[in-house]
Amino acid sequence: MNFDKEFDASGLACPLPIVKTKKALNDMSSGQVLRVVATDPGSCADMAAFADQTGHQLLEQSTQDKKFIFFLKKA
Amino acid sequence: MATKKMAIIATKGTLDMAYPPLILASTAAALGWEVQVFFTFYGLQLLRKNLDGIKISPLANPAMPMPVPMPVFVQILPGMESMATMMMKDKMKKKGVASLEELRSLCLEAEVKFIACQMTVDLFEFEKSEFIDGLEYGGAATFMKFAGETDVCLFI
Repeated sequence: MNFDKEFDASGLACPLPIVKTKKALNDMSSGQVLRVVATDPGSCADMAAFADQTGHQLLEQSTQDKKFIFFLKKA
Repeated sequence: MATKKMAIIATKGTLDMAYPPLILASTAAALGWEVQVFFTFYGLQLLRKNLDGIKISPLANPAMPMPVPMPVFVQILPGMESMATMMMKDKMKKKGVASLEELRSLCLEAEVKFIACQMTVDLFEFEKSEFIDGLEYGGAATFMKFAGETDVCLFI
C-alpha cells in the first residue's frame, strides 16, 4: 500500500506508539496515509481505538515478523 | 462530536504511581480530549523540575516482583530503595517504557493543564521555583469547576 509518511514505533511501550502516532499525523494533510510500525502487542487494540476516537481511518493492519504494521488515513 | 474531557487527581509520588496519571493524560490528549490534572499531596513531586527523587520501594509492597525473594528485614537496609529504583528504571528503559520526564513533556506539549494544589504546596513549604513552568495553582473549587464537566474523572 502506498503511504506518504512512515513512523517507526518499534521498541516503544504504551502509550508512546499512540501518542507519537498522533504527533506524526500533526504535520500531515487530510487524506494522506501514515504507515506505523510497532512491536508493542498492545498497540493492535490501541491503534483501532485511537482511529475510532479520532476519526482517522485505519485502512489496514497486519503482522510481519513480530512487527505490527498499520496504515492510517488522516481525517 | 463534542470534545471529551478528563480530570485526574494525582496524589502519589512513587515511581509506580507516578505513571498512571501521566500515561492516561498524554493518551487522552492524543485522542483529542481536553485534560486537566490536579496534583495534590505527594503527587506534587511529579511537578518538580528534577524527578530523580521519585523512587520505588519493595518495603510494604509485597506485590512487587523481585528477582530474588527478599525478606523484609533486608528490605529496610540503607540503599535498598535506591537499588530497587535503579533496577526498575533500568528494566523500564529496556522495555521501551517512557521516562516520567518524557511523558510529562508530552502532556505539556499536548496542552494538558497541570494544576498544583495551593494548600499542599504551602503545607510542604515548596517554592514555586522548584516546580516546572506552565503550572496553574488552585484549590478544590478550581478542580470541581472542570471536574463537573468531564466524561472521565479519576483519583489516583
